[in-house]
Amino acid sequence: MAQGLAESHYSNPTIRWIDSRLPIFTMMHKEYGEYPAPKNFNYFWNFGALAMVVLLVMIVTGIFLAMHYTAHVDHAFNSVEAIMRDVNYGWLMRYIHMNGASMFFIVIYIHVFRGLYYGSYKQPRELLWMLGVVILLLMIMTAFLGYVLPWGQMSFWAATVITNLFSAIPLVGESIVTWLWGGFSVDNPTLNRFFALHYLLPFVIVGVVFLHVAALHITGSNNPLGIEPKSKRDTLPFHPYYTIKDMFGLGVFLIFWAMFVFFAPNYLGHPDNYIPADPLVTPPHIVPEWYFLPFYAILRAVPDKLFGVILLFGAIVVLFFLPWLDTSKVRSTRFRPVYKWFFWLFVVDCVVLGYCGAMPAEGIWLVLSQLGTIYYFGFFLVIMPLVGKFERPRPLPASISEPVLPQSGGGPLPAGATAKPMEKA
Amino acid sequence: MSRLRLIALLALALALLSPGRSHAAGEIPPLPEQDWSFSGIFGTYDPQTLQRGFLVYKQVCASCHAMDLLAYRHLEALGYSEEQVRAIASQYTVMDGPDDTGEMFERPARPSDRFVSPFPNEQAARAANGGALPPDMSVLAQARTGGPDYIYALLIGYTDPPPDMDLMAGMHYNEYFPGHQIAMPNMLTDGGVSYADGTEATVDQQAYDVAAFLMWAAEPHLDARKQMGVKVVLFLVVFTGLMYAVKRKVWADVH
Repeated sequence: MAQGLAESHYSNPTIRWIDSRLPIFTMMHKEYGEYPAPKNFNYFWNFGALAMVVLLVMIVTGIFLAMHYTAHVDHAFNSVEAIMRDVNYGWLMRYIHMNGASMFFIVIYIHVFRGLYYGSYKQPRELLWMLGVVILLLMIMTAFLGYVLPWGQMSFWAATVITNLFSAIPLVGESIVTWLWGGFSVDNPTLNRFFALHYLLPFVIVGVVFLHVAALHITGSNNPLGIEPKSKRDTLPFHPYYTIKDMFGLGVFLIFWAMFVFFAPNYLGHPDNYIPADPLVTPPHIVPEWYFLPFYAILRAVPDKLFGVILLFGAIVVLFFLPWLDTSKVRSTRFRPVYKWFFWLFVVDCVVLGYCGAMPAEGIWLVLSQLGTIYYFGFFLVIMPLVGKFERPRPLPASISEPVLPQSGGGPLPAGATAKPMEKA
Repeated sequence: MSRLRLIALLALALALLSPGRSHAAGEIPPLPEQDWSFSGIFGTYDPQTLQRGFLVYKQVCASCHAMDLLAYRHLEALGYSEEQVRAIASQYTVMDGPDDTGEMFERPARPSDRFVSPFPNEQAARAANGGALPPDMSVLAQARTGGPDYIYALLIGYTDPPPDMDLMAGMHYNEYFPGHQIAMPNMLTDGGVSYADGTEATVDQQAYDVAAFLMWAAEPHLDARKQMGVKVVLFLVVFTGLMYAVKRKVWADVH
């Protein structure tokens, strides 16, 4: 081999020529072919790959939509309708994209809850988790910006409500809002920059996803048992085992997505967004898309605007600190008999908050939002640190391969097993 | 067990959070749900119903309501021939120009023209309707909760107001309209239009037909969408089944 060239195992001369100068084939083989993945993944481990597929579909459909969309307050609504009516398969592109936003959040929320349940954020995967939270933040921004583009009533009023949140910042709040709008109200400059940013951010997400996957491939994947693979017996090469499993999961997921796109395309949307934006008419209920409802409930739970906004952002920011808030050394909730209950209560809490977010902020719904908000933050800031200290986890299996044969039931534990907690979790 | 629980919870969350149900209904009675030819997975539009609905729109609604997003050529989807569409369009007059001498001129509408609006601008529309603006009906069926069911209910929902209610001047009582006071009077009467296919033009029938027509106007590619959907889902089911079979085979030697 000539000096300065990378070593390549490919025999095809063209591939070998490229690979020895830029080893992308070797890299792909290493990261997606040989990558040793724990052999005990359950189907919750499909959702990372699903999210990647949704992201790509969103970018592709989005680019085609952008070719026909006009980012101007006088034309935006009608240009979307022109896509729906006059562009060949424009309705297909738009319904895939529109429902794709919901699908993306369904997939990501499951992905996040999976990480939460199996402790995928714990040492050594802290940075991997934090990059994931960055992706979630970028997604939230992208989804909000995109929802404004059709310039329907909900688009306009969502833009107004959300940008106005920044006015709660003392002293500079009003100036920031004017700067965000590019004027003194949500208007054409706002729509234009929202379009520019909505086109930009997905590519930023792609970049962070790359880092997310790169970080994953340094630490290796977590698994339902939350213990590290000890030998080759515990892992399988990513291809073909998990490529085929992901393909099957993808098929199921695409059926789910297709049911919305083809048979109930507007089920997850709001009828008011088919009314062109009118700054002079406020809709009776301004409701965000379903995936923002829990956060919306937290925002409205407190009467003080600034405090509400702090809680809203805090609800996401707190996720960054999870690796240090959770004091338990055991990753998988399967082995945490006390934490388990708090975890499921947290899941219920998020659902309740979401429901409250869709209801008017008054009476019982306000009280429920407040209780839900207290538990949301209490779970992360109080319960996680304390339970980790006082809980006595169930004994961990010695290796991933071991518990496959004698399936661990809830039977009596051998004496001394509880006294000796896991080694390195 | 816990997996099932999570899935069940997420499904529940999804069902509960659908924004359509988030409205406090007030005292609006539930919409009388109609049997539409286009409901369900295999539902398609019925051209006869749409043609009748178009007639109701043309003779009744169009005197106040514009449909800016539709062109006359779109009517071919209702089963009209090119000639018939040309004839329908030519009943309307559009302003065109400027011509070679720089003058604007009027000419009969062509199939490529958009539906001619009843009013030149919003102010004219409001002036003619006691200050109320008749909404453009192009996507009305998607812009209201309940869609065609709501439009049908609204059109048959004119009743006498309850005795304790003071209607504002120029308003009309309607059971299904939010707030019950609507500026639009009851426009449909039995026999108000005469259908070419001999169907009896009751208020009920007209309301049903025009609601179906408005659904088509809002969602003209519904037939194509559902037909493609059936094929796509069938393909995906086979594809997913194959993937499952391959997965089983690949994983057969893993313990």
